[in-house]
Amino acid sequence: MNAGSIRISNATKHMDSTDIPPLPPAPSSGAPAPSAARQLEHLESEAIFILREAAAEFSNPVLLFSGGKDSTVMLRLAEKAFRPGKFPFPLLHVDTGQNFPEVIEFRDRIAQELGERLIVRTVQDSIDSGRVRLKSASQSRNALQTVTLLDAIAEFGFDACIGGARRDEEKARAKERIFSFRNSFGQWDPRYQRPELWSLYNGRLDRGEHMRVFPLSNWTELDVWRYIERERLALPSLYYAHERPVAVRGNILLPVSDLVPLNDDDAIETRIVRFRTVGDISCTLPVESNAATVEQIVAETLNASLSERGATRLDDQTSDASMEERKRVGYF
Amino acid sequence: MAALTAKTAEADIGVLRFSTAGSVDDGKSSLIGRMLYDSNSVTSDRIEALERAARRKGETEIDLSLLMDGLTIEREQGITIDVAYSYFATPQRKFIIADTPGHEQYTRNMVTGASTADAAVILIDARRGMTLQTRRHLYLSHLLGVAHLVIAVNKMDLVAFDQKAYAAIARSVEEFTRAIGAERFYLVPISAKFGDNVVHGSARMPWYEGKPLLALLETLPPAILTHHSPFRFPVQLVQRLAAPGGGQIRQYLGRVESGRVRRGDEIAILPGGRTTRVRAISTFEGALDHAEAGKSIALEVDDEIDIGRGDLFSAPLLPARVDRQFAATVCWFADETFTPAARYLVKCGTRTVAARIAEIVHRLDVATLASEPAPETLKCNDIAKVSIALASPLAFDAYDENRATGAFILIDADTNATVAAGMIAPREDAVPTPAAAGFDAGL
Repeated sequence: MNAGSIRISNATKHMDSTDIPPLPPAPSSGAPAPSAARQLEHLESEAIFILREAAAEFSNPVLLFSGGKDSTVMLRLAEKAFRPGKFPFPLLHVDTGQNFPEVIEFRDRIAQELGERLIVRTVQDSIDSGRVRLKSASQSRNALQTVTLLDAIAEFGFDACIGGARRDEEKARAKERIFSFRNSFGQWDPRYQRPELWSLYNGRLDRGEHMRVFPLSNWTELDVWRYIERERLALPSLYYAHERPVAVRGNILLPVSDLVPLNDDDAIETRIVRFRTVGDISCTLPVESNAATVEQIVAETLNASLSERGATRLDDQTSDASMEERKRVGYF
Repeated sequence: MAALTAKTAEADIGVLRFSTAGSVDDGKSSLIGRMLYDSNSVTSDRIEALERAARRKGETEIDLSLLMDGLTIEREQGITIDVAYSYFATPQRKFIIADTPGHEQYTRNMVTGASTADAAVILIDARRGMTLQTRRHLYLSHLLGVAHLVIAVNKMDLVAFDQKAYAAIARSVEEFTRAIGAERFYLVPISAKFGDNVVHGSARMPWYEGKPLLALLETLPPAILTHHSPFRFPVQLVQRLAAPGGGQIRQYLGRVESGRVRRGDEIAILPGGRTTRVRAISTFEGALDHAEAGKSIALEVDDEIDIGRGDLFSAPLLPARVDRQFAATVCWFADETFTPAARYLVKCGTRTVAARIAEIVHRLDVATLASEPAPETLKCNDIAKVSIALASPLAFDAYDENRATGAFILIDADTNATVAAGMIAPREDAVPTPAAAGFDAGL
């Protein structure tokens, strides 16, 4: 019955291969503490419950899948909720056109292995159609995804977008519901959210409105990594420590890429790094780390001294309220 | 086959959800900030941001309450928007905090936070003692069935860590909890500002012999013993699969909300009332002999019965009640007052049915605990005993017996807003109502 599950590739030593991760057969960080194991079971069961509620309450839901770690966890949870049946929703990726190539390859491969339909809509389409106008050629396309996402929702008539966002990521998300209402403009209004009690989610909508559904709301970054460890989930290799040329700017590292404008005093060096979040190249920053296996990442996350988005996302650093502003206009 | 004496699953799921409520003055944000900080749950970049903020203001100590800092819109308007969730873990437990502000929508927020909480952490300012807000939070937490009431007497530094001041507050808390029928509570004298009895003990209050707050939260016994309640399984979804030898298999997807189910068990399908046997229990990992409360599973049954979303699988000897009416306590959330003419929906478990409020029996004054005669209508923050009539039969339990099948939300069928939360009363409280009639079809 696991025929459609995410397969884990054989261990490989090639850190830059897309067939990572090299999962050793015996966990080196030891089995999770009994408490941690029970926490994961609890979180998993809650997420499965939420996914099934979303499938039941909406007529045309879609699961957002980027190839990142959170959405890869979402796919495993969807398997747990619906296999041996097909998923009751397609997968959607809003591609800025500036994602890491290996993540895109991973995305396509996983969707194919699962045998589920993947819809890709690109920010470039929105630019070409004039729906998005760039202020400059080098502008980050991250925030522009909102237009493309809302257009995709309108194009397919989706009434729910299921995503892997977590409340611990950011303070605007900390106040968001598990079933999070969007008006007919796709907007989130933090003052007029529906009260959400027990496990009783109100999924009622009028035409043109939609819901964002967040089954991982109560998960933390550590929970996600422990789940990836427990389920032996494959991920794009750039989540694991690897050598990479980076531009050193103060205490942040920028990936060296045509898409990342460099300053004159940025020093280019080769460092051993990994990515804690993966998104648009122009705003995703690596951190120094020697954690090359999932067990080492779990151990490192336990002792993490930086918040997940703190040194890893340029988009959250422009102002203290960046995420809040983007969410209010329809960002995920 | 599983032995009859199969070990009951661990009731402690390793997660403790607790709610906090109150205004900034109580030091609530400082307390949560202190717990996060002293349990090493705050990352260095956030501490640096706090240090920068302190330097800007010319202060020598960082303000831990800023860890709970809110949204731009909240800072601009000086308000706090309903419930914020935060997370931290110690080697013993993962904690989920539902932090609810005490402004004008206090009932809605406190009730929301309490609905999923195992414990309520209630702050009292040692200088002020019990306030209306303390009483509200204690009462609502008890009403929502929160298992553990934990009262933190804060700002002990401002009363010179005086045991007498603490004892006086302890007496008033005891009086009030007795009045509302809460059997027990925990009381801890703390100073969130200086950390006394939050994560670490306090040398300045040697007279206090109990645990610091965090150690208490780490060791509170599991809240809800759903394993010992009768089996309940609300059907979320029906999945049709091709059978290996042709034909179709129907799987009923859902979560065991209480009790346990074994392969071969007889189950009642409510509200219809037919019975059948469990043919198979499965998860993604494979077939199971049995499943316990809390587990999301797929069930197959022996007989071909019309079963759909909203049906409740139930232990046949201890079945849920089936009725077209029930008495309940509701907390009214909407800015709009209740109107008898409005069309409402009750969502209970996975079933949504058309409903109306047949009668308002009385309103409860949370401050005095007095029942007031039935008001004409219900307005925001009201708590009232009502009688609800349903357009079609519903299977449910009393909230006291089963949170999952005894709780409901009331949805305005026209605006889709969640206007109230409700807890179904035990049968003996049932108020006779005229038969449900006159429903607008086509909902």
